[in-house]
Amino acid sequence: MKPPKFEYYKPATLEEALNLLEEAGDDGKIIAGGQSLVPIMNMRLASPKCLIDINGLEELSYIKNEDNTLKIGTLTRQSDVEQSEMVANVCGLLAEAITQIGHVQTRNRGTIGGSIVHADPSAELPLALLTLNGSVQITSKDEVRTVAAEDFFITYLTTDIMPTEVLTEVTIPLMEEKSGYSFQEVARRHGDFALVAAACHMTVDDEGIITAVRLALGGVEAIPLLIGDAEDILTGEQLSDLLMEQVTESVEMESDPESDLHASSEYRMHLAKVLTKRVLTQAYERARG
Amino acid sequence: MTNVIGKSATRVEDKRLLTGQGKYIDDLGTKVSTGHAAILRSSHPHAYIKSIDKEAALKMPGVKGIITGEDIRGLVKPFSVGVMAPVEYYPLAIDKVRYVGEPMAIIVAKDRYAAEDALEKIKVVYEALPPLVGIERALEEDAPILHENVGSNIANHREFNYGDVDKAFEEADRIVKHKFNFPKYTATPVETYGVVAEYDPAHDQYTVQANFHGPFVIHSIMAQALQIPSNKLRIIVPKDIGGSYGIKAGIFPYIVLCGLASKLIGCPVKWIEDRQEHLSSSASGTDRVTYIEAAVENSGKVTGLRMKMIDNVGAYIRAPEPASLYRNHANSTGAYDIQNLHIDAYAIMTNKSPTGLIRGYGGQELYFPLERIMQEVAKELNMDHADVIRKNLVKEAQFPYKTASGGTYDSGNYEESFELALATGKYEEFRKKQEEARKNGKILGVGLACIVEPSGSNMGYITVALTPEERAGSLPKSGASEAATVSMDPLGSVNVRISTTPSGQGHETVAAQIVSEVLGLPREQINVVAELDTSTSAWSIASGSYSSRFASLGSSAIYYAAHKVRAKLFKIAADQLNVKEADLELEKGSIFVKNNPDKKFSVKRAAGLAHWHPTSLPDGMEPGIYETYYYTADVAQAPNEQDMINSSVTYGFVADMVTVEIDPDTAEVKIIDYFTVHDAGKLLNPLIVDGQIMGGLAHGLGGALYEELAYDKNGQFLTGSFMDYLCPTAPEIPNVTIKHTESPSPLTPLGAKGLGEGNTMSAPVAVANAVSDALAHLDIMIDDLPLSPTRIWKLMGEAKEKVTTP
Amino acid sequence: MGKHEIEVTINGKVYQEEVEPRMLLSDFVRDVCGLTGTHVGCEHGVCGACTINVNGSAVRSCLMFAIQADGQQVQTVEGLTSNHELTDLQKNFIECHGLQCGFCTAGILMSTEDYLEKNPNPSSKEIKEMLSGHLCRCTGYDGIVKAIEKTIEERNQSVLS
Repeated sequence: MKPPKFEYYKPATLEEALNLLEEAGDDGKIIAGGQSLVPIMNMRLASPKCLIDINGLEELSYIKNEDNTLKIGTLTRQSDVEQSEMVANVCGLLAEAITQIGHVQTRNRGTIGGSIVHADPSAELPLALLTLNGSVQITSKDEVRTVAAEDFFITYLTTDIMPTEVLTEVTIPLMEEKSGYSFQEVARRHGDFALVAAACHMTVDDEGIITAVRLALGGVEAIPLLIGDAEDILTGEQLSDLLMEQVTESVEMESDPESDLHASSEYRMHLAKVLTKRVLTQAYERARG
Repeated sequence: MTNVIGKSATRVEDKRLLTGQGKYIDDLGTKVSTGHAAILRSSHPHAYIKSIDKEAALKMPGVKGIITGEDIRGLVKPFSVGVMAPVEYYPLAIDKVRYVGEPMAIIVAKDRYAAEDALEKIKVVYEALPPLVGIERALEEDAPILHENVGSNIANHREFNYGDVDKAFEEADRIVKHKFNFPKYTATPVETYGVVAEYDPAHDQYTVQANFHGPFVIHSIMAQALQIPSNKLRIIVPKDIGGSYGIKAGIFPYIVLCGLASKLIGCPVKWIEDRQEHLSSSASGTDRVTYIEAAVENSGKVTGLRMKMIDNVGAYIRAPEPASLYRNHANSTGAYDIQNLHIDAYAIMTNKSPTGLIRGYGGQELYFPLERIMQEVAKELNMDHADVIRKNLVKEAQFPYKTASGGTYDSGNYEESFELALATGKYEEFRKKQEEARKNGKILGVGLACIVEPSGSNMGYITVALTPEERAGSLPKSGASEAATVSMDPLGSVNVRISTTPSGQGHETVAAQIVSEVLGLPREQINVVAELDTSTSAWSIASGSYSSRFASLGSSAIYYAAHKVRAKLFKIAADQLNVKEADLELEKGSIFVKNNPDKKFSVKRAAGLAHWHPTSLPDGMEPGIYETYYYTADVAQAPNEQDMINSSVTYGFVADMVTVEIDPDTAEVKIIDYFTVHDAGKLLNPLIVDGQIMGGLAHGLGGALYEELAYDKNGQFLTGSFMDYLCPTAPEIPNVTIKHTESPSPLTPLGAKGLGEGNTMSAPVAVANAVSDALAHLDIMIDDLPLSPTRIWKLMGEAKEKVTTP
Repeated sequence: MGKHEIEVTINGKVYQEEVEPRMLLSDFVRDVCGLTGTHVGCEHGVCGACTINVNGSAVRSCLMFAIQADGQQVQTVEGLTSNHELTDLQKNFIECHGLQCGFCTAGILMSTEDYLEKNPNPSSKEIKEMLSGHLCRCTGYDGIVKAIEKTIEERNQSVLS
């Protein structure tokens, strides 16, 4: 299991990286943490001709709270986010999700941007980003554009990013007062990709009326799936078994999970419904305080 | 005596391993001329090889040579195996491939990177054949045939009748029966296979370094395949092996392959297997279908058993298979007093990877149906499972117990050990807790299993694969031999040479403990050499760490070899002091007269005389101190004409109780507590013992819940990485309580029995019984493993009664 | 696609070597620098045997290219001790029987030292979660957890006294 040959470049600036990407065209590939890319290169399932290593771009490694928006540079290591008190204080869902990505040792190297661009449908970060109504900043030589998570994920391992572009920043609007969240998954073992994962972010008023809610699922479609109906069903209501039942009906309508060695399609669908109830219940309880 | 046997001594191996100074196969360094190999493997489960085009690959930079099946045709004989079916198994596929991952060509290049580059350039044209995947499908008339010259997919078939089975079933109050499936799984040592082979044309000699586990009976098979005298194949096993659990006996085809490549290409060849290769192609346990029937009295007493066992040995039957079927032959009725037994045993071949030794070898496949059916008997009779076990356990007064199939259980007190397990796990209390929990919608279960753990295989057992008539025509086999050498140099320093090829079991430590005690020297002064060299070691048939043979056999050989040295020292000292040997005692490096301790002679001086001053030795004594002892056990007799065979020397006992909780929504199984009681006779080093038990248990839990080498219905392999082949990690291991009872073996000088495989055999069924118990209210039958949530959820969904969610 | 010259400091010693960009850091450490205490078990980042410390973090050396370590500080198991003395953690691995075949051990030691540096007082559950990045097929992890817990306890005591 040795990787195929490639040319290697280590740009010192973002501009240099973008120039290299443009020159390389379809042959170019960014490497950041490498925790998803290098295994598939070692298995020779990926053979990029030209690797552009952005690990030297320290300007892309930061965690900031600006204008009530959490801004995380693409090169920030997952473990840095995990250990950030600020993230724990202002974005509990992200903090909770991140501990479930792989293992300590892969989080030490794996980056925020890398996981999102890899876009595995059961991965934690894409799901968290979608649930939190986050977006990504994408930079090319010609422009900087912002794409909402909802529009970013296209299909299995495929995103809106073009070969000449780099994901540079992840932004997440911060929680309001009286909000709650939940992130739960069922995996075969600790640290495995989820069979199904669910995440919910919710705000409630003093009477326990839900004022806003976002619910999303991982592992049930080719991309992390936002259950848009949840918003319509739950907003303006108190959480009840009946309403949760309605939400799970929407989950069933919108999901189309696949079967594999570890879980049948039917079981994944079942888990989607179970986890939907669990995250709604926990997020609601937390929001009510 | 320093009295160190039986103490929890820390390990002499540890310091080097903790500081990165271990010497594993990939650490040994190679000659500059060495080529590094990659292996082209079949992507088809079953196909004719129409052509292999290696031209483009040969032109790749750094390539030294490429050898295909066609290149070795005629140069190598098929590996021999202990069955009559004419299966032709070669180190590279010739004409046909029979499993995904089968080696088709070996590419040797300046480094592994270049070898893999060339591998991608080889073009293979296949003509696909229908794949054979299912075990029972293999026996059907119209099934695809893997080996045309065998004519069927049956590699071996034997039927055995002991006692009066038909009568037991006629007279039974009830018959409880079911079909159980045990999956194919492996043990995945973290270190993969590694071989460095060098052919010396001047002497027509192959010298191979490999992390080869033994048993060295396979040495002969390799020499025969290469068509050379066996002393022309020298195998050197490095000091450190990164885990084996039996799996590293399956390296032998690669030893031959790399040896041939070295000869044909003309340079030493090094091959380090990668993880994908290991998972798809190294070795694994068998998957087995068992139809089991129990003849039962209303009292819960089982009077007879019928078992039809169909073992899948993969695409090629290879040594030591079909031993998986027979290694437990003497203990086929487990811990129970059942004298009427019928066994119908098949080894069949399908388009899956070939099997071989694995921790627990054949035990988990046997005990899964046996211990499951005991619980089903309890259900059928509306009895408590514990009571059915009590009713059937071999009683203390029956030891040594003669089993139906010819075994002799040497010692034990199964009832006491089982009761200790129940008491430790608070069985009755848990039953109450379980009832309470059920009212709150929680699903708890308790599983029990009692198993006999055989150790120190009788090499005659494998020959029960042949009929008595067939056996009569071949070399009879018996015995359970093991050799060890203890030597002393002129300054009195001790070297011990063992042949058990340890792979983490701490044999260096325990050997030092034994020799230290016998020779009255601090164990730090004992140097133990674990490297094995087939040209210089005193190795015996089946040496290697096989069937937990160290504690029962290896330790005995060491003990007696040390005693031979002691006896020689005493002879020298008695002669010098002019006293009788019987009057002497040995302590702290000094031999002295018992009732006159001032009259003494140092060990060092005795050793000095033996080497430097041989004319001073007693008449007839040879100079030097170099003593080898070959140990075997008389009880390891060849099978008789009635196919009675005592397949192992010692038999330990394991009683398990495990408690589980099943999530009613997600069907995930959580193990709450695991209690295990072991009787392995006298413990040589309790610290190491508990470590061995924990490791075996973790593997057993893997088999219960996670591990499977899975294939789809087309024979494609699905678990080629550690993302899909799921080994338990630390969070998956529950609280474990280990307790011991000690019934010393009357057969071994130290009273020890082998251990470390017991829970690999017992945990899959103990957990299955717990899950079955937990779901008893749904009347669910657990007959397949691993118990993944998707499997259990499906069963729960199919159950008549719906689970009520809390 | 030629070779590149890199300079990597491993255990305080500078290694200046020419490498192909694709050479894995694990192979560089073992085959070029001769530090064979780091073991390779899966080459896809799951088993954890090859874990080493790069710039103050325990990472998989099979998931990095050697060229990426150019100019970086690396520590391997050989660098945990000097003068053949064992660290407290290593001693406790002996005391608690935290290793058998020893093949996974170096990676576990490297992970644990880094983890305890950043989290001096983890719970048992957290220790096990940290260990979930390592496969050990010999011990059932019990001795490993005990050895780590004992080390934490001793370090806490020495801080108090």
